[in-house]
Amino acid sequence: MVSQATQLAVKAEAIVKNYGETAVLRGLELSLPVGEVTVLLGTNGAGKTTLLRILAMLTSIDSGNVSIYGTDLSRNGPDVRALTGSVLHSPMLYADMTIRENLMFFAEMYRLQNVDDLIAQTTEKVGIEQRIDDRVRTLSHGFQKRVALARALMHDPQLLLLDEPESGLDTRSVSRLDQIIDDYRSAGRTVVMTTHIVEHALEIADRAVVLNNGLVGLNSANPSGDRAEILAAYSPDTESSGSAHQ
Amino acid sequence: MKGSLAIIWAIGRKDLLLEIRNKDVVVAVAGFALLVVVIFTFATDLNQANAKLVGPGVLWAGIAFAGVTGLNRAFALEVEGNTLEALMLAPISRDLIYLGKALGNFLFITVAQIIVIPVFAVLFNLVVFRWEMLAISLLTTLGFSAVGTLFAAMSVRVRAREVMLPLLFLPVVTPLLMAAVESTSHMVNGRSWSDMSQWLQLAVAFDVAFIVVSAFIFQHILED
Repeated sequence: MVSQATQLAVKAEAIVKNYGETAVLRGLELSLPVGEVTVLLGTNGAGKTTLLRILAMLTSIDSGNVSIYGTDLSRNGPDVRALTGSVLHSPMLYADMTIRENLMFFAEMYRLQNVDDLIAQTTEKVGIEQRIDDRVRTLSHGFQKRVALARALMHDPQLLLLDEPESGLDTRSVSRLDQIIDDYRSAGRTVVMTTHIVEHALEIADRAVVLNNGLVGLNSANPSGDRAEILAAYSPDTESSGSAHQ
Repeated sequence: MKGSLAIIWAIGRKDLLLEIRNKDVVVAVAGFALLVVVIFTFATDLNQANAKLVGPGVLWAGIAFAGVTGLNRAFALEVEGNTLEALMLAPISRDLIYLGKALGNFLFITVAQIIVIPVFAVLFNLVVFRWEMLAISLLTTLGFSAVGTLFAAMSVRVRAREVMLPLLFLPVVTPLLMAAVESTSHMVNGRSWSDMSQWLQLAVAFDVAFIVVSAFIFQHILED
């Protein structure tokens, strides 16, 4: 069972991940407290997406330990996955099913109860209720991203993982996303997200972690105050070698 | 147990819904198998003796080769939309994903057989609407789906997957194909259940072994 007493949402110890000859994470150490919004920054290939995929249990690690809410990822896989909700690069939806059918299917995968009510609440939260019976194929990329967000939120996860969630979203949708993130923080939940829109990220985050060549280059619990250091550590000039896997 | 069955059924039902809308797999499998059967009716002198001799082989070779096409497509759809990863995010054990996908493939191949077998019966003038044929079909389709789902998952990320899947799949299902052909041959020649029992037992053993082993291996295949 997952310990509720733990204060760390994420604890990563000496994580190593290689793709063939390419080292993406090189002994990464990271602890993220419960109830914070953490933004992962870094150039292409720094290891942000790989780290998120590891936390989502889509990618295995070569060595090290990762735990989420006190539970080791290498054990209790389904239990840990129930704690996380993920929106990754691709919306990961069935294009020939409607929004409602997609959400109902994934509700079954998460063994949720009162599915109709849950779908109504979640679709309203992300602003997709008016097109709920449209097939995903007919939606824009930004709209599909909102459906993916609805799917991630539906089971009310403790840890929300967002990989560049603002990509493809219009200004209004980004504001709505910010509100969702804020509500999550207020409810004592944890958000870990990646982004390339650094200025915006520093405004909404409680913590900024800059990854550099598969290691934590900077971990700031005061992103607004440490703006200059964060921007200096986040150097777009130095593209890392593992970019193919981002 | 009930929850696991509900998950397996939900995945199979979802595949069926997508297939009803797209008709990718059943049309490909039934079309290919029908083509094989029709070509052989022209290629051989189909008197009663010849039909009984070559018919079972033609039927199952057609279904096996056509099945590869369908198996390829069924998993490719999950990968193209990255929906396989969405399934992997869910708090379910990965053998349930395997069993759900295998159920979907079982349903597709069964539907294709419902189209192909009557046409085969007419063209080859053989009596196949018997309980024995139902048992042979179900056992063979179960084995095809069990092995095919595993190998489709293994080959789906490979660039030459259309080549890789038949290379992996067909040698492994050869014992099952032999059992299907021999049982069908006994049936069309009017022999009893006991004459075909050893082949049916082989099919049952194959199915049980491969469902268990494939479900175990499948979770390791999904690891990145």
